[in-house]
Amino acid sequence: MSENKTTSVVLCGVGGQGILLASEIVAQAARIAGYDVKTNEVHGMAQRGGSVIAQIRYGKEVYSPIVQEGTAAVVGALENIEALRYAQYLAPDGLVVVNSQMMVPVTVSMGVAAYPKDAQERLKAKFPNLVYFDAGKIAVELGNVKCANVVTLGAVSKALDLPDAAWKEAIEISVKPKFLALNLKAFQAGRDYK
Amino acid sequence: MIKLLSGNEAFARGAWEAGVTVASAYPGTPSTEILEAVVNYKQDIYCEWAPNEKVAFEVGAAAAMAGARSIVTMKHVGLNVAADPLMTLAYLGVKGGFVAIVADDPGMHSSQNEQDTRNYAKFAKIPIFEPSSSQEAKDVIVYAMDISEKYETPVIVRSTTRVSHSRSLVECRDRREPNEVGFEKDPPRWVPVPLWARPMRVKVEERLQKLRQAASASEWNRIEMRDTKLGIIAAGITYQYVREVWPEASVLKLTFSYPFPDELIREFAAKVDNILVVEELDDLLEQHILAMGIDCLGRDFVPGIGELSPTRLAAVRAAYEEGKPAQNKFEPDTDLPGRPPVLCAGCPHRGVFYALAREKAVVTGDIGCYSLGTFKPLNALDIILCMGGGISMAHGIDKAKNPKPVVGIVGDSTFFHSGITGLLNIGYNKGNSTLIVADNRTTAMTGHQDHPGTGKTLMGEPTTEASIAEFGKACGIKRIRELNPYDLPEAMKIVKEEIAADEPSLIISKGPCVLKEKLAIGGIHEVIEENCKECGMCLKLGCPAIEGGSGKPKVNPLLCVGCNMCGQVCKFNAIVSKEDS
Repeated sequence: MSENKTTSVVLCGVGGQGILLASEIVAQAARIAGYDVKTNEVHGMAQRGGSVIAQIRYGKEVYSPIVQEGTAAVVGALENIEALRYAQYLAPDGLVVVNSQMMVPVTVSMGVAAYPKDAQERLKAKFPNLVYFDAGKIAVELGNVKCANVVTLGAVSKALDLPDAAWKEAIEISVKPKFLALNLKAFQAGRDYK
Repeated sequence: MIKLLSGNEAFARGAWEAGVTVASAYPGTPSTEILEAVVNYKQDIYCEWAPNEKVAFEVGAAAAMAGARSIVTMKHVGLNVAADPLMTLAYLGVKGGFVAIVADDPGMHSSQNEQDTRNYAKFAKIPIFEPSSSQEAKDVIVYAMDISEKYETPVIVRSTTRVSHSRSLVECRDRREPNEVGFEKDPPRWVPVPLWARPMRVKVEERLQKLRQAASASEWNRIEMRDTKLGIIAAGITYQYVREVWPEASVLKLTFSYPFPDELIREFAAKVDNILVVEELDDLLEQHILAMGIDCLGRDFVPGIGELSPTRLAAVRAAYEEGKPAQNKFEPDTDLPGRPPVLCAGCPHRGVFYALAREKAVVTGDIGCYSLGTFKPLNALDIILCMGGGISMAHGIDKAKNPKPVVGIVGDSTFFHSGITGLLNIGYNKGNSTLIVADNRTTAMTGHQDHPGTGKTLMGEPTTEASIAEFGKACGIKRIRELNPYDLPEAMKIVKEEIAADEPSLIISKGPCVLKEKLAIGGIHEVIEENCKECGMCLKLGCPAIEGGSGKPKVNPLLCVGCNMCGQVCKFNAIVSKEDS
């Protein structure tokens, strides 16, 4: 097979966490940077608190809107176990960014399944290239827990070769004006996280 | 102007550019967003939510008979509902362009079955188009309209989930001038009584022959020559996966995919050593090529169940070349708890399901959010078949003299879609089942579309608000009651009484969709740990805001909307509103 120069990004988490907005920002940033872009996302049933995955691909010419397993440059997860669920998409040298906030699935609440107690250890053992942080806490400190998605995205952005100006413009066109300042701060907080 | 559009947004843009003036649809994932994008052009395009796909299809067909260009949109199972007008519209044909955009859902991301809409094109003997990107989705609508008008035929554009819900870059153009409209009376043309339908039947075959040649000559079907050892034939989104997985292979890319372009297939077959057909769901094309006497491979390697993807096709390639599939460095953990979709925190359906689950009745249900009541811990639904089926199936089980009583459930949008006729059947044929309309005043699962009960049109105008109770009366149902699903004792009492009643009854369970209203119903709740006996009653609600699993449950303040159903099921006053404590 010839060399695949397309960059693939996978974002995942739980329906309602703002994965589609984060996906939109990546796609717009890639478009603004001059790339061909394709994205794919989950609609309908899975949005009701289910597991959600969004995929973004950019490059000179992109064919498939969905990512082949083992090829994503970065997997960004808004929830611990969702990173473990979609691990197969990651390229061997890819980065994983995980928001450490737990969202307990209803299967666990009902007692028919268990939330792995060692989720954090598993993540650290599995992914050599891992950023693991409490994006929700950072979001609360910035004034709104709902921007944890953009905080996480800021950390994801470090794995992508898109210029700062493209990110800024992408955020400007993707969020409502009254939340713009908050989201720009949230993105920077994630990008600055060490 | 270049925009990043989803396939569905691109279909809408294409309709606008093609000079469409009428659009009708019933929402259904993955097709819903097409009309939601068409409404952005409401100054140029009349658009509406119809109560079901058959009605939408008939509205669009008639507009095209009068000379307008029209689109109707639906998901694959919606075309089953509209199959009746489709099959005869193929005979009548149209004057203005008519395109039915039908979105298939391989892999059943949000559907009750997988079905390949290409079968309907073959069945009705009409052309079908399969775009593979948002750009093609937009442009193909304009082309399909031209084909529809030139050959006076209805046309299907087949989308799939990955075409509809993927975004890619689209170069937009201006709008074509809409057609002049004026219906011309011509009964032999428009009235398929046997005398006039028989010559129509002949014309359908003649048209199909012409369309077969048009498909071979169409710029929308193209041969891409690369290495000649392997030639792949693909249509729709699978073309993109093929380009990804076999970048060196020659490809026959089909977009105008039925009638099958025989000449072009022969031309391609003569240029390559081997042919592999990559098609999602059914093997229509492969069987046709084999029947033409051309050797090809397909289903032996390409799975016919579920959705294709670059990952699956990489495995197909490995098998085809008898190599071993590449191993992923990172495998997913296999012991993770499932995260199924659930009724939202504060969803009013939870109350009525909680009450139902405590009765010994067979419950016939329906698709929509309330299908989620099937799962643990509510376990409240026993059968689901199709839209509107919740009502008519209840009658079937009742008339079969089932020993347990029977309850049928539909939502409000489903009631208007095709529940009314079932209810009329019960009234007329002296049924004795209990029917519940879970009325949240919206089409919730697909994203809050309006319907005849909401008092608002797609274009945002206030309108008549259809009354479910009045329909019930008109159908001959005498026992009609409303209940408040947030009041659990009341809900349980009413459900019990109506199941026991010796005549059919209609319960309208009224509560707003919390996801739509985004309103808190009451104060956020919390668990008072010293009162909690860990009895687990609150967990039987299946509310995502109540987190259990180990130790005493907690209420997630980010999710709780204060409906207080948990407060009502807790016998120990351990769950209360923070405002009250």
